[in-house]
Amino acid sequence: MKTAPPFFRHGPGPFAKLIVFTCLSCLLIVEDLRFKRFNEVRQIIGTIIFPLQRIAYAPTFIYDEVKNFIVHFNLLEENAKLRQQFLENQEYLLRFHALETENAKLRELLGAIERIEKSTETKTILSEILYTPRDPFSHKITLNKGIYHKVQLGQAVIDDKGVIGQITRTYPFSSEVTLLTDKNHSVPVQVLRNSLRSVISGTGKNNELELRYLSINIDIQPGDLLVTSGIGGVYPPGIPVAVVEKIEHSPSDDFSRIVSNPVAGVDRNRQVLILSMIQSPVEIPAEAKN
Amino acid sequence: MNRDKRLNADDYLKQDVYDTASNGYIALTLALALILNFLPLPNYILLFRPDFVVLTILYWCVQYPHKMGMSVAFIMGLMMDVANVNILGQHALAYCIAVYLTLILCRRLRLFNTWRQAPQIGFILFVMQTTMILIAVLGGFRFPGWEYYFATVSGSLAWIPVSLLLSVPLKQKTDPNAL
Repeated sequence: MKTAPPFFRHGPGPFAKLIVFTCLSCLLIVEDLRFKRFNEVRQIIGTIIFPLQRIAYAPTFIYDEVKNFIVHFNLLEENAKLRQQFLENQEYLLRFHALETENAKLRELLGAIERIEKSTETKTILSEILYTPRDPFSHKITLNKGIYHKVQLGQAVIDDKGVIGQITRTYPFSSEVTLLTDKNHSVPVQVLRNSLRSVISGTGKNNELELRYLSINIDIQPGDLLVTSGIGGVYPPGIPVAVVEKIEHSPSDDFSRIVSNPVAGVDRNRQVLILSMIQSPVEIPAEAKN
Repeated sequence: MNRDKRLNADDYLKQDVYDTASNGYIALTLALALILNFLPLPNYILLFRPDFVVLTILYWCVQYPHKMGMSVAFIMGLMMDVANVNILGQHALAYCIAVYLTLILCRRLRLFNTWRQAPQIGFILFVMQTTMILIAVLGGFRFPGWEYYFATVSGSLAWIPVSLLLSVPLKQKTDPNAL
């Protein structure tokens, strides 16, 4: 039996190849959606493409450097402005301290238990947004700090205005943040005005969050600020999350539809903070021990 | 009347003769395309940004079908999936389908000049993006809206500069008709 000379061999035809690769991708898609496996594959590919992402990021980096250089000339002016800001903040801080002691005194008078000061120390890692995907499907962004910089799964990510999201995947030198607006992401919040607690979830649309399953007669008004309640231990309490935009009652529904807009914006600034909470183990009350 | 759409026999002889692209050059262009895709841009620009990776893959597919195959497209697709944080396999499958269509059409495509290839590439991109939307919607994501197809239009327009740029280093320096 003679085989064909090598230069006439073309391998399997395009259709056969297409079927093979379709099967392979379908396998990947199903595994990824259903079982969330192949994390290693993502890690490896993520490490391979990291240098390319870095290069793509270089122009913005250079632009930042140049801007920094120019800003140096305005440093004195900025310094004065910041000093003034500092004094203003200092006044707030003093008032805050006074209120805190007053609060403690009042609690003492009422005989209430002292507010449990969870000894949570928050350490922050300053990070920059490396990449925001074009695809409108994915409400996720990539940051330029990873396992190497001690970023861990589940850490909260905030900017100067409020919560952005949570770290959901880590690579050696980068990490992935699921934004508030992701359909599968929820944050425990409370209304600042009346400490009403609830859970806010993303809708999958940009700039839209939803408070689900709240009854029609609930005390929420448009313009209410929602802050993290600290329940769940992922987010430290008191960080702004969203502002209520509108409340819709439909007569056919038992619940009202409460739409709110996130306070923080990903497209506004490139620097974000990763909060790492070092939590002490929760103390068990004395009665429960016995 | 179909004839005037294609190059006639004389034009066919007058076409530029190109050197064969080396594997290194192909790899370099693919890396450059990836970098272009990774550029951090504002959202409203990203909406119109053509997918340079798929354009580069398709260009090599049209010119050298024996050098560019589905395996390369699959791997590039996986890279885009990881970078975009999509479902793993979404871009991979879409790229493979695009390459399949191009492999079928490549002989036909080479009869046309770059300008007339653009709409046909547009059709391939349309099929590709529809695949991506289908996978995402089946995977439980929201339909992104029709503006997702802006990239199809911009992609087929970008085909012209991309293919001209890619062929520049391959032009033969010496005149093949010199002797």
